[in-house]
Amino acid sequence: MKNRHLRLLQRTYVVLIFCFMYLPILVLAVFSFNESKSRTVFTGFTLDWYKSLFTNRMILSALALSLAVALVSAVVATVVGTMATVGISAMGRKSQLFINNISYMPVVNPEIITGVSLMLLFVFLQNWASKFDALPDAFFGLPTLLIAHITFNLPYVIFNVSPKLRQMDSRIYEAALDLGCTPRQAFFKAVLPELTPAILSAFLICLTYSIDDFIISYFNCGTLQTLPIAIYSMTRKKVSPEINALSTIMFLVILSIILISNALDSRRYKREQGLGKAGEGR
Amino acid sequence: MIKSKAAASPYLVWMVIFIVAPLLIVAYYAFTDASGNFTLENIMAIGRYSSVFARSLLLAAEATVICLVLAFPVGYFLSRLRASKQHIMLMLVMLPMWMNFLLRTYAWMSLLENNGIINTVLGFFGLGPFRMINTAGAVVLGMVYNYLPYMILPLYTAMTKIDNSIIEAAQDLGASTLGTFTKVLLPLSGPGIATGITMVFVPSVSTFIISRMLGGGSNLLIGDLIELQFLGNSYNFNMGSAMSLVLMVIVLLCMSFTSSFDEQEMEGVM
Amino acid sequence: MEQNVIVSLKDIVVEYDGEKVLDKLSLDIPDKGFVTFLGPSGCGKTTTLRVVGGFVEPKSGVVLFDGKDITDLPPYRRQVNTVFQKYALFPHLNVFENVAFGLRLKKLDEKEIRRRVLEMLEVVGLKGFERRAVTQMSGGQQQRVAIARGLVNQPRVLLLDEPLGALDLKLRKEMQLELKRLQREMNITFIYVTHDQEEALTMSDTVVVMNQGHVQQIGSPEDIYNEPENAFVADFIGASNILDGVMLADYRAEFSGREFVCVDKGFARNQPVQVVIRPEDIKVVPAGQGMLTGVVEDVIFKGVHFEMHVDCDGREWLIHSTQACRQGEAIGMDIGPDEIHIMARMEE
Repeated sequence: MKNRHLRLLQRTYVVLIFCFMYLPILVLAVFSFNESKSRTVFTGFTLDWYKSLFTNRMILSALALSLAVALVSAVVATVVGTMATVGISAMGRKSQLFINNISYMPVVNPEIITGVSLMLLFVFLQNWASKFDALPDAFFGLPTLLIAHITFNLPYVIFNVSPKLRQMDSRIYEAALDLGCTPRQAFFKAVLPELTPAILSAFLICLTYSIDDFIISYFNCGTLQTLPIAIYSMTRKKVSPEINALSTIMFLVILSIILISNALDSRRYKREQGLGKAGEGR
Repeated sequence: MIKSKAAASPYLVWMVIFIVAPLLIVAYYAFTDASGNFTLENIMAIGRYSSVFARSLLLAAEATVICLVLAFPVGYFLSRLRASKQHIMLMLVMLPMWMNFLLRTYAWMSLLENNGIINTVLGFFGLGPFRMINTAGAVVLGMVYNYLPYMILPLYTAMTKIDNSIIEAAQDLGASTLGTFTKVLLPLSGPGIATGITMVFVPSVSTFIISRMLGGGSNLLIGDLIELQFLGNSYNFNMGSAMSLVLMVIVLLCMSFTSSFDEQEMEGVM
Repeated sequence: MEQNVIVSLKDIVVEYDGEKVLDKLSLDIPDKGFVTFLGPSGCGKTTTLRVVGGFVEPKSGVVLFDGKDITDLPPYRRQVNTVFQKYALFPHLNVFENVAFGLRLKKLDEKEIRRRVLEMLEVVGLKGFERRAVTQMSGGQQQRVAIARGLVNQPRVLLLDEPLGALDLKLRKEMQLELKRLQREMNITFIYVTHDQEEALTMSDTVVVMNQGHVQQIGSPEDIYNEPENAFVADFIGASNILDGVMLADYRAEFSGREFVCVDKGFARNQPVQVVIRPEDIKVVPAGQGMLTGVVEDVIFKGVHFEMHVDCDGREWLIHSTQACRQGEAIGMDIGPDEIHIMARMEE
């Protein structure tokens, strides 16, 4: 009896917390269909805000920039980071620890610190280079944005791939050598395929962090606008239901990505379970 | 296994230029004046902003405590669910994190405004209107809302490692619900609590967006001060660097505090 | 022999997700004995133990402890303690604090706690390990801590949920003797859950064989082994030859196409029965001399004996014999009246 009451209490609590987490998003979504610009009174249904969103040049170009920066920085970070992981694993314990500690800095430091410190570096470089006319005037912008994104993405690649590398059976590499591979071939034919899932997930993490980042970009974008920065400037204008439309679309995109990947995962899981059971049967 | 340290060299160069050097430059700016001479003035001048620092620490601490209290039961309930249900619930916890936090914070703007949705709803019952936006409470609410998942997830992870039989063993040996909580559940969740505190406190204490969007002009935080020095009206890199340095020290202190707590709890395990 | 009953279960029903795990289970546990719940996984033995411990709330039924109804009592108010399957030691506490856990909750004074914990650690052979972290100990040592942690509270009943499952064979044997000794020394009831029939037979005073949420048979190890009440018990207790037969009259049974003399009586005339014959009870004799004749299909050397599968009229017999036969050899089989166990055939 008592147990049942307790369980009801637990459920109610969890539901309340989820309400807290989702109600604001729901409110945003509902008012994206509101006819008037009011954020409190629903006056009628319209899709106008979605239409104007898709003709909003500022948002569309910000979206394009965000995607481009994310893609380039994720590719660079994944390649450099994977190489780094392999190289670091060949080092002694002390150097590994030292490098890891430094790599942790962008992860643990508040983003604002990473943002302003990079900005200072770029200002410093610009001042220094202006003496020789070595840097183009448009230095603050795409180059700094890319460097900043690669910098905060790199640690995530390293910390995602290196555990996999450590877990990997080192005999796989040795077996490849034994079977006649050169070290280079052994790496590409035996080691890299083993690491691919971790590298892929690191790449996806980089993509999402990069698309989502506001603070570090904010200090290093010059006059460019990534999507989060465009969103920020829209929120400063207070009344702009286009934001609601944008939020709703982004939420639905994320939701469907998660649902699809989840469905794929559970299908793979079930298949593996099925195989396991069949194996037991034998 | 693979003897090719050279593969790390591009990263090492990158690390030195874009991770180490920027932090050194922050330190350099913090201890120099506009013309490049050594000075302690920037650091000393921070005393003038002590109320802002105090407010940041206080609001971030409040948000962290509220997150901990709210998240603890959630983490526990989730960790006791069946594996398939856990998966779905975890997704639900993480989903809002995937929304850009500007949008999440913006959502609260329209809820909390003087003629916003909450006040409108309360108005139907003849209550209010209450002044909610542009208050310290709104800033704390924004922090709690944005960073609650960062508290739930590490707590949940720590608690999944607590086997049901451990909890049953405590009850079996005579511990009531409260006793089981204080003597077993709480100490065994230590690592999760420590991680959760860091993950909520650090972004809360350094935020400048939440305070700007929900706090109005009257609730400046450290983050706002720093931003003003670099991109705002104050425009003083040296001052901004000094503030950043102090912020880093605060964060380091917080982390060493929680990690020592973490280690203490782990002693029995290690 | 009249024995006091310490725990009594009456018509216990437990359901998980609408599936009945225990179906009107009733059971009396004699006081101060070593009682074993034996059965295959999923038979409900652990659930029964958890009902006694208070971790499972039965849907209906009553749990009596020393004659008093404790069905609604939470675990922490019951005079029983549990040794969990994987020990469930508190990883954040050392050996001493693990054992002292229950005593501290009773708010005993420090001196008394210290005395009792040290005494108990000595009993389980862990003197000098007080400061050790439990996670640094071997499986056998952790096991001892778990037992001490329960026993130190002086429960009337100690519940043990497959406590030896994680240990290797040699350590298992050692701990079996150790547990038996502890139970005698403490002079309390141990309820022990296992799926290992050998373990159950060596350690117990009383064995409760369970299957599909029902008690199949309760009795001493000898009774269970020698006089299984049904085919399930016979089969589970040891590899057996179980054959369908007919009871012709008292002391006369027919199976395998032949009439046998047996010691059972009281069945109806021509009642269909099941016949159990242990593999070690079949005597191998030269072909043509025995009651039955068969052909050896294979022979496996098992150390003390040979295990043989013998084909007799298209049915496979299992025989344990110290005498080796060759594969393909025809042999005779003799079965004495004492070795034939007759059971009423169960309705499937």
